[in-house]
Amino acid sequence: MMQWQRPYLAVLSARYRMLLQYRAAALAGFGTQLFWGAIRLMILAAFYDASTQAQPMSMSDIVPYVWLGQALFAMLPWNVDAELVQKIRDGSVAYELLRPLDLYTFWYARTLALRTAPTTLRCIPMIAFAMLLLPAVGLEDWAMPLPPSLLAGSLFCLSIAMAFLVTTAITMLIHISLLWTISAQGADRVMPAVVMMFSGMVVPLPLLPDWVQPLLVAQPFRGLVDVPFRIYSGNIAPDVASIEILQQVVWLLLLIWLGRRLLARGTQQLVIQGG
Amino acid sequence: MNALRLYWQYLMVSIRAQLQYRGAFLIAALGQFLSTGIEFLGIWALFDRFGHLQDWKLAEVALFYGVVNCAFALADALSTGFDQFGAAYVKTGDFDRILLRPRSTILQLAGHELALRRVGRLAQGMVVLVWAAGSLDVTWNMAHIGLLIFTIIGGICFFFGLIVLQAILSFWTIESLEIMNVLTYGGLESAQYPLSIYHVAFRRFFTLVIPLACISYFPIVGVLGIADPLGSPALFQWLSPSVGVGFLLLALQLWKMGVRHYTSTGS
Repeated sequence: MMQWQRPYLAVLSARYRMLLQYRAAALAGFGTQLFWGAIRLMILAAFYDASTQAQPMSMSDIVPYVWLGQALFAMLPWNVDAELVQKIRDGSVAYELLRPLDLYTFWYARTLALRTAPTTLRCIPMIAFAMLLLPAVGLEDWAMPLPPSLLAGSLFCLSIAMAFLVTTAITMLIHISLLWTISAQGADRVMPAVVMMFSGMVVPLPLLPDWVQPLLVAQPFRGLVDVPFRIYSGNIAPDVASIEILQQVVWLLLLIWLGRRLLARGTQQLVIQGG
Repeated sequence: MNALRLYWQYLMVSIRAQLQYRGAFLIAALGQFLSTGIEFLGIWALFDRFGHLQDWKLAEVALFYGVVNCAFALADALSTGFDQFGAAYVKTGDFDRILLRPRSTILQLAGHELALRRVGRLAQGMVVLVWAAGSLDVTWNMAHIGLLIFTIIGGICFFFGLIVLQAILSFWTIESLEIMNVLTYGGLESAQYPLSIYHVAFRRFFTLVIPLACISYFPIVGVLGIADPLGSPALFQWLSPSVGVGFLLLALQLWKMGVRHYTSTGS
Protein backbone atom coordinates (compact mmCIF):
# COMPACT_ATOMS: atom_id res chain seq x y z
CA MET A 1 0.00 0.00 0.00
CA MET A 2 1.15 3.50 -0.77
CA GLN A 3 2.19 5.63 2.16
CA TRP A 4 0.27 8.83 1.41
CA GLN A 5 -3.16 7.28 2.01
CA ARG A 6 -2.45 6.19 5.54
CA PRO A 7 -3.45 9.28 7.55
CA TYR A 8 -6.67 9.65 5.56
CA LEU A 9 -7.66 6.01 6.05
CA ALA A 10 -6.75 6.31 9.73
CA VAL A 11 -9.06 9.31 10.30
CA LEU A 12 -11.82 7.57 8.34
CA SER A 13 -11.62 4.43 10.42
CA ALA A 14 -11.24 6.25 13.74
CA ARG A 15 -14.24 8.53 13.09
CA TYR A 16 -16.27 5.59 11.78
CA ARG A 17 -15.68 3.53 14.91
CA MET A 18 -16.36 6.54 17.13
CA LEU A 19 -19.68 7.27 15.44
CA LEU A 20 -20.73 3.62 15.69
CA GLN A 21 -21.05 4.15 19.44
CA TYR A 22 -24.28 6.16 19.16
CA ARG A 23 -26.54 3.12 19.28
CA ALA A 24 -29.44 4.57 21.31
CA ALA A 25 -29.92 7.39 18.82
CA ALA A 26 -29.85 4.86 16.01
CA LEU A 27 -32.51 2.75 17.70
CA ALA A 28 -34.81 5.75 18.10
CA GLY A 29 -34.11 6.65 14.47
CA PHE A 30 -35.03 3.13 13.46
CA GLY A 31 -38.41 3.34 15.22
CA THR A 32 -39.23 6.67 13.58
CA GLN A 33 -38.06 5.57 10.15
CA LEU A 34 -40.09 2.37 10.39
CA PHE A 35 -43.25 4.31 11.12
CA TRP A 36 -42.52 6.69 8.26
CA GLY A 37 -42.02 3.81 5.85
CA ALA A 38 -45.36 2.30 6.82
CA ILE A 39 -47.20 5.62 6.31
CA ARG A 40 -45.47 6.27 2.97
CA LEU A 41 -46.35 2.81 1.69
CA MET A 42 -49.98 3.09 2.76
CA ILE A 43 -50.35 6.51 1.09
CA LEU A 44 -48.72 5.42 -2.16
CA ALA A 45 -50.67 2.14 -2.18
CA ALA A 46 -53.92 4.12 -1.77
CA PHE A 47 -53.00 6.25 -4.79
CA TYR A 48 -52.04 3.18 -6.83
CA ASP A 49 -55.18 1.20 -5.88
CA ALA A 50 -57.45 3.82 -7.39
CA SER A 51 -55.36 4.37 -10.50
CA THR A 52 -56.21 2.66 -13.77
CA GLN A 53 -53.68 4.12 -16.21
CA ALA A 54 -50.10 2.83 -16.49
CA GLN A 55 -47.55 4.63 -14.33
CA PRO A 56 -43.79 5.05 -14.86
CA MET A 57 -43.21 2.90 -11.77
CA SER A 58 -45.23 -0.06 -10.57
CA MET A 59 -46.16 -0.59 -6.92
CA SER A 60 -43.61 -3.43 -6.81
CA ASP A 61 -40.90 -0.87 -7.73
CA ILE A 62 -42.24 1.47 -5.04
CA VAL A 63 -41.92 -1.00 -2.14
CA PRO A 64 -38.10 -1.40 -2.23
CA TYR A 65 -37.77 2.32 -3.06
CA VAL A 66 -39.58 3.27 0.14
CA TRP A 67 -37.80 0.75 2.39
CA LEU A 68 -34.36 1.56 1.00
CA GLY A 69 -35.17 5.23 1.54
CA GLN A 70 -36.00 4.60 5.19
CA ALA A 71 -32.97 2.34 5.70
CA LEU A 72 -30.50 4.75 4.10
CA PHE A 73 -32.12 8.01 5.19
CA ALA A 74 -29.13 9.04 7.32
CA MET A 75 -26.81 9.02 4.31
CA LEU A 76 -28.38 12.19 2.87
CA PRO A 77 -26.49 15.45 3.54
CA TRP A 78 -28.99 16.57 6.21
CA ASN A 79 -26.55 17.37 9.03
CA VAL A 80 -22.99 18.58 9.55
CA ASP A 81 -20.01 17.37 11.55
CA ALA A 82 -20.60 19.20 14.84
CA GLU A 83 -16.94 18.91 15.83
CA LEU A 84 -15.77 20.48 12.60
CA VAL A 85 -18.28 23.32 13.01
CA GLN A 86 -16.94 23.91 16.50
CA LYS A 87 -13.36 23.98 15.20
CA ILE A 88 -14.29 26.64 12.66
CA ARG A 89 -16.17 28.67 15.25
CA ASP A 90 -13.57 28.63 18.02
CA GLY A 91 -10.58 29.05 15.76
CA SER A 92 -8.93 25.67 16.34
CA VAL A 93 -9.36 25.16 12.59
CA ALA A 94 -5.92 26.78 12.51
CA TYR A 95 -4.42 23.49 13.71
CA GLU A 96 -6.14 21.71 10.83
CA LEU A 97 -4.43 24.08 8.42
CA LEU A 98 -1.03 23.34 9.92
CA ARG A 99 -1.14 19.61 9.29
CA PRO A 100 1.13 18.40 6.50
CA LEU A 101 -1.89 16.88 4.78
CA ASP A 102 -4.23 17.74 1.96
CA LEU A 103 -7.03 19.51 3.84
CA TYR A 104 -9.81 18.56 1.42
CA THR A 105 -8.95 14.84 1.51
CA PHE A 106 -8.52 14.95 5.27
CA TRP A 107 -11.95 16.51 5.86
CA TYR A 108 -13.47 14.33 3.14
CA ALA A 109 -12.33 11.22 5.03
CA ARG A 110 -13.95 12.30 8.28
CA THR A 111 -17.08 13.44 6.45
CA LEU A 112 -17.29 10.04 4.76
CA ALA A 113 -17.34 8.48 8.25
CA LEU A 114 -20.12 10.90 9.26
CA ARG A 115 -22.24 9.76 6.32
CA THR A 116 -21.54 6.02 6.56
CA ALA A 117 -21.40 5.12 10.27
CA PRO A 118 -24.89 6.26 11.37
CA THR A 119 -26.31 4.81 8.18
CA THR A 120 -24.72 1.43 8.90
CA LEU A 121 -26.34 1.35 12.33
CA ARG A 122 -29.77 2.28 11.02
CA CYS A 123 -29.92 0.27 7.83
CA ILE A 124 -29.20 -3.17 9.27
CA PRO A 125 -32.30 -3.41 11.52
CA MET A 126 -34.46 -1.75 8.85
CA ILE A 127 -33.46 -4.14 6.08
CA ALA A 128 -33.82 -7.11 8.45
CA PHE A 129 -37.31 -5.90 9.34
CA ALA A 130 -38.46 -5.18 5.81
CA MET A 131 -36.90 -8.23 4.20
CA LEU A 132 -37.26 -10.96 6.85
CA LEU A 133 -39.84 -10.00 9.46
CA LEU A 134 -42.59 -8.63 7.21
CA PRO A 135 -42.89 -11.85 5.11
CA ALA A 136 -42.74 -13.89 8.34
CA VAL A 137 -45.86 -12.17 9.71
CA GLY A 138 -47.76 -12.58 6.43
CA LEU A 139 -47.24 -9.12 4.91
CA GLU A 140 -45.40 -10.32 1.78
CA ASP A 141 -46.90 -7.54 -0.37
CA TRP A 142 -45.24 -4.92 1.80
CA ALA A 143 -41.92 -6.75 2.23
CA MET A 144 -38.74 -5.66 0.56
CA PRO A 145 -37.80 -8.07 -2.25
CA LEU A 146 -34.32 -9.04 -3.39
CA PRO A 147 -33.09 -7.44 -6.62
CA PRO A 148 -34.48 -9.26 -9.68
CA SER A 149 -31.05 -10.50 -10.78
CA LEU A 150 -27.50 -10.84 -9.52
CA LEU A 151 -26.47 -8.28 -12.14
CA ALA A 152 -29.01 -5.73 -10.86
CA GLY A 153 -27.79 -6.38 -7.31
CA SER A 154 -24.14 -5.81 -8.21
CA LEU A 155 -24.93 -2.66 -10.17
CA PHE A 156 -26.92 -1.41 -7.16
CA CYS A 157 -23.89 -1.96 -4.92
CA LEU A 158 -21.72 0.02 -7.32
CA SER A 159 -24.30 2.80 -7.62
CA ILE A 160 -24.92 3.10 -3.87
CA ALA A 161 -21.15 3.28 -3.28
CA MET A 162 -21.09 6.22 -5.72
CA ALA A 163 -24.06 7.73 -3.88
CA PHE A 164 -22.08 7.66 -0.62
CA LEU A 165 -19.16 9.43 -2.28
CA VAL A 166 -21.49 12.06 -3.82
CA THR A 167 -23.36 12.73 -0.56
CA THR A 168 -19.99 13.17 1.17
CA ALA A 169 -18.93 15.69 -1.48
CA ILE A 170 -22.19 17.63 -0.96
CA THR A 171 -21.73 17.60 2.84
CA MET A 172 -18.21 18.90 2.23
CA LEU A 173 -19.64 21.87 0.30
CA ILE A 174 -21.83 22.68 3.33
CA HIS A 175 -18.80 22.37 5.63
CA ILE A 176 -16.77 24.65 3.41
CA SER A 177 -19.58 27.23 3.29
CA LEU A 178 -19.17 27.51 7.08
CA LEU A 179 -15.79 29.15 6.52
CA TRP A 180 -17.78 32.15 5.33
CA THR A 181 -20.90 32.01 7.50
CA ILE A 182 -19.13 30.80 10.70
CA SER A 183 -22.34 29.75 12.44
CA ALA A 184 -23.92 26.50 11.35
CA GLN A 185 -27.07 28.30 10.35
CA GLY A 186 -26.63 28.94 6.68
CA ALA A 187 -26.51 26.39 3.92
CA ASP A 188 -27.28 23.54 6.29
CA ARG A 189 -30.74 24.96 7.06
CA VAL A 190 -31.81 25.34 3.45
CA MET A 191 -29.92 22.49 1.75
CA PRO A 192 -31.83 19.55 3.31
CA ALA A 193 -35.15 20.64 1.79
CA VAL A 194 -33.61 20.91 -1.66
CA VAL A 195 -31.85 17.56 -1.34
CA MET A 196 -34.95 15.73 -0.04
CA MET A 197 -37.08 16.95 -2.92
CA PHE A 198 -34.61 16.47 -5.76
CA SER A 199 -33.17 13.16 -4.60
CA GLY A 200 -36.54 11.41 -4.64
CA MET A 201 -36.91 11.08 -0.88
CA VAL A 202 -40.24 12.96 -0.77
CA VAL A 203 -41.80 11.40 -3.85
CA PRO A 204 -40.04 8.94 -6.20
CA LEU A 205 -38.82 11.18 -9.01
CA PRO A 206 -40.57 9.35 -11.89
CA LEU A 207 -43.92 10.18 -10.24
CA LEU A 208 -43.28 13.93 -10.46
CA PRO A 209 -44.96 15.66 -13.43
CA ASP A 210 -43.66 14.67 -16.88
CA TRP A 211 -42.74 18.25 -17.78
CA VAL A 212 -40.14 18.52 -14.98
CA GLN A 213 -38.47 15.22 -15.85
CA PRO A 214 -35.86 16.78 -18.20
CA LEU A 215 -34.79 19.06 -15.34
CA LEU A 216 -34.69 16.24 -12.83
CA VAL A 217 -32.35 14.17 -14.99
CA ALA A 218 -29.81 17.01 -15.10
CA GLN A 219 -29.10 17.46 -11.37
CA PRO A 220 -26.76 15.64 -8.98
CA PHE A 221 -29.21 14.83 -6.18
CA ARG A 222 -31.02 12.05 -8.03
CA GLY A 223 -27.76 10.10 -7.85
CA LEU A 224 -28.25 9.86 -4.07
CA VAL A 225 -31.60 8.08 -4.02
CA ASP A 226 -33.46 7.75 -7.28
CA VAL A 227 -30.73 6.14 -9.39
CA PRO A 228 -29.49 3.43 -6.99
CA PHE A 229 -33.00 2.58 -5.73
CA ARG A 230 -34.42 2.12 -9.21
CA ILE A 231 -31.43 0.05 -10.25
CA TYR A 232 -32.21 -2.16 -7.25
CA SER A 233 -35.80 -2.83 -8.31
CA GLY A 234 -34.91 -3.17 -12.00
CA ASN A 235 -36.93 -0.06 -12.92
CA ILE A 236 -33.66 1.17 -14.42
CA ALA A 237 -32.67 -1.82 -16.57
CA PRO A 238 -29.09 -3.17 -16.16
CA ASP A 239 -28.10 -2.11 -19.70
CA VAL A 240 -28.81 1.60 -19.02
CA ALA A 241 -27.59 1.42 -15.42
CA SER A 242 -23.96 1.83 -16.45
CA ILE A 243 -24.76 5.20 -18.09
CA GLU A 244 -26.52 6.32 -14.90
CA ILE A 245 -23.53 5.27 -12.78
CA LEU A 246 -21.23 7.12 -15.15
CA GLN A 247 -23.37 10.23 -14.56
CA GLN A 248 -22.89 9.78 -10.81
CA VAL A 249 -19.11 9.67 -11.36
CA VAL A 250 -19.19 12.85 -13.45
CA TRP A 251 -21.19 14.68 -10.76
CA LEU A 252 -18.83 13.38 -8.09
CA LEU A 253 -15.79 14.76 -9.92
CA LEU A 254 -17.52 18.11 -10.50
CA LEU A 255 -18.55 18.43 -6.85
CA ILE A 256 -15.06 17.54 -5.61
CA TRP A 257 -13.52 20.05 -8.03
CA LEU A 258 -15.93 22.74 -6.83
CA GLY A 259 -15.26 21.87 -3.18
CA ARG A 260 -11.50 22.04 -3.66
CA ARG A 261 -11.70 25.44 -5.35
CA LEU A 262 -13.97 26.89 -2.67
CA LEU A 263 -11.83 25.45 0.10
CA ALA A 264 -8.69 26.98 -1.42
CA ARG A 265 -10.41 30.36 -1.63
CA GLY A 266 -11.93 29.98 1.83
CA THR A 267 -8.65 29.23 3.57
CA GLN A 268 -6.98 32.17 1.83
CA GLN A 269 -9.43 34.72 3.23
CA LEU A 270 -10.04 32.87 6.50
CA VAL A 271 -9.97 34.95 9.64
CA ILE A 272 -9.19 32.78 12.63
CA GLN A 273 -11.77 33.25 15.36
CA GLY A 274 -11.08 33.25 19.02
CA GLY A 275 -8.10 33.85 21.21
CA MET B 1 -54.68 36.87 36.13
CA ASN B 2 -51.26 37.37 37.64
CA ALA B 3 -50.14 34.06 36.11
CA LEU B 4 -51.31 35.10 32.66
CA ARG B 5 -49.44 38.39 32.89
CA LEU B 6 -46.29 36.61 33.95
CA TYR B 7 -46.68 34.15 31.07
CA TRP B 8 -47.09 37.07 28.67
CA GLN B 9 -43.90 38.65 30.02
CA TYR B 10 -42.01 35.36 29.60
CA LEU B 11 -43.08 35.25 25.96
CA MET B 12 -42.15 38.87 25.29
CA VAL B 13 -38.67 38.37 26.76
CA SER B 14 -38.22 35.26 24.62
CA ILE B 15 -39.29 37.08 21.44
CA ARG B 16 -36.98 40.02 22.11
CA ALA B 17 -34.10 37.63 22.77
CA GLN B 18 -34.62 35.79 19.50
CA LEU B 19 -34.91 38.97 17.48
CA GLN B 20 -31.39 39.90 18.60
CA TYR B 21 -30.19 37.25 16.14
CA ARG B 22 -32.25 38.39 13.20
CA GLY B 23 -30.23 36.64 10.49
CA ALA B 24 -30.25 33.29 12.27
CA PHE B 25 -33.99 33.61 12.88
CA LEU B 26 -34.77 34.44 9.25
CA ILE B 27 -32.70 31.57 7.89
CA ALA B 28 -34.17 29.09 10.38
CA ALA B 29 -37.70 30.20 9.49
CA LEU B 30 -36.96 30.05 5.77
CA GLY B 31 -35.43 26.60 6.18
CA GLN B 32 -38.54 25.40 7.94
CA PHE B 33 -40.83 26.99 5.36
CA LEU B 34 -38.96 25.10 2.63
CA SER B 35 -38.59 21.77 4.40
CA THR B 36 -42.29 21.67 5.23
CA GLY B 37 -43.25 23.14 1.87
CA ILE B 38 -41.74 20.23 -0.02
CA GLU B 39 -44.16 17.92 1.82
CA PHE B 40 -47.07 19.71 0.21
CA LEU B 41 -45.27 19.81 -3.10
CA GLY B 42 -45.07 16.03 -2.83
CA ILE B 43 -48.81 15.76 -2.19
CA TRP B 44 -49.53 18.06 -5.12
CA ALA B 45 -47.26 15.98 -7.39
CA LEU B 46 -49.02 12.74 -6.45
CA PHE B 47 -52.43 14.27 -7.22
CA ASP B 48 -51.05 15.66 -10.47
CA ARG B 49 -49.99 12.15 -11.43
CA PHE B 50 -52.92 10.10 -10.10
CA GLY B 51 -55.79 12.63 -10.29
CA HIS B 52 -57.49 11.59 -7.04
CA LEU B 53 -56.96 9.53 -3.91
CA GLN B 54 -59.87 7.14 -3.55
CA ASP B 55 -62.73 9.68 -3.35
CA TRP B 56 -60.62 12.53 -2.04
CA LYS B 57 -59.64 15.57 -4.11
CA LEU B 58 -56.47 17.65 -3.68
CA ALA B 59 -58.31 20.63 -2.11
CA GLU B 60 -59.84 18.34 0.53
CA VAL B 61 -56.51 16.76 1.44
CA ALA B 62 -55.03 20.29 1.49
CA LEU B 63 -57.55 21.24 4.18
CA PHE B 64 -56.40 18.30 6.34
CA TYR B 65 -52.80 19.29 5.67
CA GLY B 66 -53.28 23.00 6.44
CA VAL B 67 -55.22 22.51 9.66
CA VAL B 68 -52.88 19.95 11.18
CA ASN B 69 -49.75 21.89 10.21
CA CYS B 70 -51.06 25.14 11.73
CA ALA B 71 -52.00 23.33 14.94
CA PHE B 72 -48.68 21.52 15.13
CA ALA B 73 -46.61 24.64 14.42
CA LEU B 74 -48.34 26.60 17.20
CA ALA B 75 -48.12 23.73 19.69
CA ASP B 76 -44.47 23.22 18.78
CA ALA B 77 -43.66 26.91 19.23
CA LEU B 78 -45.37 27.10 22.62
CA SER B 79 -44.03 23.87 24.12
CA THR B 80 -40.26 24.22 23.67
CA GLY B 81 -39.73 24.08 27.45
CA PHE B 82 -41.38 20.66 27.60
CA ASP B 83 -39.80 19.50 24.34
CA GLN B 84 -36.28 20.13 25.63
CA PHE B 85 -37.15 19.26 29.20
CA GLY B 86 -34.94 16.16 29.51
CA ALA B 87 -31.75 17.70 28.15
CA ALA B 88 -32.23 21.27 29.39
CA TYR B 89 -33.75 20.73 32.85
CA VAL B 90 -33.44 17.16 34.16
CA LYS B 91 -29.93 16.33 33.00
CA THR B 92 -28.53 19.68 34.13
CA GLY B 93 -30.45 19.70 37.39
CA ASP B 94 -32.01 23.07 36.52
CA PHE B 95 -35.45 21.69 37.31
CA ASP B 96 -34.53 22.05 41.00
CA ARG B 97 -34.47 25.81 40.51
CA ILE B 98 -37.87 25.77 38.85
CA LEU B 99 -39.29 23.83 41.79
CA LEU B 100 -38.02 26.41 44.24
CA ARG B 101 -39.87 29.29 42.62
CA PRO B 102 -43.35 30.13 43.91
CA ARG B 103 -45.06 29.57 40.56
CA SER B 104 -46.37 26.40 38.92
CA THR B 105 -43.86 24.30 36.97
CA ILE B 106 -46.25 24.20 34.00
CA LEU B 107 -46.35 28.00 33.75
CA GLN B 108 -42.57 28.30 33.93
CA LEU B 109 -41.87 25.61 31.36
CA ALA B 110 -44.56 26.90 29.00
CA GLY B 111 -42.88 30.29 29.26
CA HIS B 112 -39.43 28.86 28.55
CA GLU B 113 -39.46 30.01 24.94
CA LEU B 114 -41.86 30.97 22.18
CA ALA B 115 -39.94 29.44 19.29
CA LEU B 116 -40.32 32.05 16.57
CA ARG B 117 -38.64 29.92 13.91
CA ARG B 118 -41.81 27.79 13.81
CA VAL B 119 -43.47 30.58 11.82
CA GLY B 120 -41.91 28.81 8.83
CA ARG B 121 -44.26 25.86 9.22
CA LEU B 122 -47.14 28.05 10.36
CA ALA B 123 -46.92 30.33 7.34
CA GLN B 124 -46.73 27.37 5.02
CA GLY B 125 -49.72 25.68 6.69
CA MET B 126 -51.76 28.91 6.52
CA VAL B 127 -51.04 29.35 2.81
CA VAL B 128 -52.24 25.81 2.11
CA LEU B 129 -55.24 26.27 4.42
CA VAL B 130 -56.36 29.49 2.76
CA TRP B 131 -55.88 28.02 -0.70
CA ALA B 132 -57.88 24.92 0.26
CA ALA B 133 -60.66 27.01 1.83
CA GLY B 134 -60.96 29.03 -1.36
CA SER B 135 -60.99 26.07 -3.75
CA LEU B 136 -63.52 23.94 -1.89
CA ASP B 137 -67.30 23.99 -2.52
CA VAL B 138 -67.95 24.78 1.13
CA THR B 139 -70.15 27.72 2.08
CA TRP B 140 -68.09 29.36 4.78
CA ASN B 141 -70.69 30.41 7.34
CA MET B 142 -69.91 31.20 10.96
CA ALA B 143 -70.51 27.61 12.02
CA HIS B 144 -67.96 26.21 9.59
CA ILE B 145 -65.32 28.81 10.45
CA GLY B 146 -66.02 28.23 14.12
CA LEU B 147 -65.54 24.48 13.76
CA LEU B 148 -62.29 25.04 11.85
CA ILE B 149 -60.90 27.27 14.62
CA PHE B 150 -62.16 24.83 17.27
CA THR B 151 -60.30 22.04 15.40
CA ILE B 152 -57.06 24.01 15.36
CA ILE B 153 -57.39 24.80 19.08
CA GLY B 154 -58.10 21.13 19.79
CA GLY B 155 -55.06 20.25 17.68
CA ILE B 156 -52.78 22.65 19.55
CA CYS B 157 -53.93 21.11 22.84
CA PHE B 158 -53.47 17.57 21.50
CA PHE B 159 -49.90 18.09 20.25
CA PHE B 160 -49.01 20.11 23.36
CA GLY B 161 -50.28 17.17 25.42
CA LEU B 162 -48.12 14.72 23.48
CA ILE B 163 -45.02 16.83 24.13
CA VAL B 164 -45.90 17.04 27.83
CA LEU B 165 -46.10 13.22 27.86
CA GLN B 166 -42.67 13.10 26.25
CA ALA B 167 -41.33 15.40 28.98
CA ILE B 168 -42.89 13.22 31.69
CA LEU B 169 -40.94 10.23 30.37
CA SER B 170 -37.66 12.07 30.90
CA PHE B 171 -38.28 12.09 34.68
CA TRP B 172 -37.28 8.43 34.38
CA THR B 173 -35.00 8.36 31.36
CA ILE B 174 -33.16 11.69 31.99
CA GLU B 175 -32.59 12.13 28.26
CA SER B 176 -35.26 13.47 25.93
CA LEU B 177 -36.85 10.53 24.21
CA GLU B 178 -36.58 10.70 20.45
CA ILE B 179 -38.83 7.71 20.11
CA MET B 180 -41.78 9.97 20.98
CA ASN B 181 -41.17 11.55 17.57
CA VAL B 182 -43.13 8.62 16.22
CA LEU B 183 -46.25 10.05 17.88
CA THR B 184 -45.59 13.77 17.41
CA TYR B 185 -44.01 14.03 13.96
CA GLY B 186 -45.47 10.67 12.91
CA GLY B 187 -48.92 11.81 13.97
CA LEU B 188 -48.48 15.06 12.06
CA GLU B 189 -47.29 13.19 8.98
CA SER B 190 -50.21 10.78 8.98
CA ALA B 191 -52.87 13.41 9.76
CA GLN B 192 -51.89 15.32 6.62
CA TYR B 193 -53.93 12.74 4.71
CA PRO B 194 -57.49 11.59 5.51
CA LEU B 195 -57.38 8.76 8.02
CA SER B 196 -59.70 6.60 5.92
CA ILE B 197 -56.90 5.70 3.48
CA TYR B 198 -54.86 3.88 6.13
CA HIS B 199 -54.89 0.30 7.35
CA VAL B 200 -57.62 -0.44 9.90
CA ALA B 201 -55.20 -1.25 12.76
CA PHE B 202 -53.47 2.08 12.18
CA ARG B 203 -56.82 3.93 12.15
CA ARG B 204 -57.86 2.35 15.45
CA PHE B 205 -54.54 3.27 17.06
CA PHE B 206 -54.88 6.95 16.09
CA THR B 207 -58.52 7.09 17.16
CA LEU B 208 -58.75 5.02 20.31
CA VAL B 209 -55.22 4.96 21.80
CA ILE B 210 -53.95 8.35 20.63
CA PRO B 211 -56.96 10.54 19.71
CA LEU B 212 -55.30 12.17 16.71
CA ALA B 213 -58.36 11.63 14.48
CA CYS B 214 -60.50 13.73 16.83
CA ILE B 215 -58.54 16.89 16.02
CA SER B 216 -58.04 16.23 12.33
CA TYR B 217 -60.07 13.66 10.44
CA PHE B 218 -63.49 13.78 12.13
CA PRO B 219 -63.98 17.54 12.52
CA ILE B 220 -62.64 18.27 9.04
CA VAL B 221 -65.08 15.79 7.53
CA GLY B 222 -67.67 17.85 9.45
CA VAL B 223 -66.39 21.07 7.89
CA LEU B 224 -66.43 19.53 4.43
CA GLY B 225 -70.03 18.41 5.04
CA ILE B 226 -69.54 15.08 3.26
CA ALA B 227 -70.68 11.63 4.33
CA ASP B 228 -67.82 10.05 6.29
CA PRO B 229 -66.50 6.89 4.59
CA LEU B 230 -65.87 5.61 8.11
CA GLY B 231 -69.49 6.34 9.09
CA SER B 232 -69.09 8.75 12.03
CA PRO B 233 -72.23 10.79 12.95
CA ALA B 234 -72.22 14.57 12.38
CA LEU B 235 -72.74 15.43 16.06
CA PHE B 236 -69.58 13.51 16.97
CA GLN B 237 -67.61 15.28 14.23
CA TRP B 238 -68.60 18.69 15.59
CA LEU B 239 -67.76 17.83 19.19
CA SER B 240 -64.62 15.76 18.65
CA PRO B 241 -61.98 18.56 18.96
CA SER B 242 -62.89 18.76 22.66
CA VAL B 243 -61.15 15.38 23.00
CA GLY B 244 -57.90 17.23 22.20
CA VAL B 245 -58.53 19.64 25.08
CA GLY B 246 -59.30 16.71 27.37
CA PHE B 247 -56.11 15.01 26.26
CA LEU B 248 -54.07 18.04 27.33
CA LEU B 249 -55.79 18.23 30.72
CA LEU B 250 -55.07 14.53 31.25
CA ALA B 251 -51.42 15.03 30.27
CA LEU B 252 -51.08 17.93 32.72
CA GLN B 253 -52.55 15.78 35.51
CA LEU B 254 -49.98 13.09 34.71
CA TRP B 255 -47.31 15.79 34.73
CA LYS B 256 -48.19 16.71 38.32
CA MET B 257 -47.84 13.05 39.27
CA GLY B 258 -44.52 12.90 37.46
CA VAL B 259 -43.18 15.94 39.31
CA ARG B 260 -43.85 14.16 42.59
CA HIS B 261 -41.65 11.32 41.30
CA TYR B 262 -38.79 13.61 40.36
CA THR B 263 -35.42 12.96 41.91
CA SER B 264 -32.67 15.41 41.10
CA THR B 265 -29.65 14.19 39.16
CA GLY B 266 -27.57 16.27 41.55
CA SER B 267 -25.54 17.83 38.77
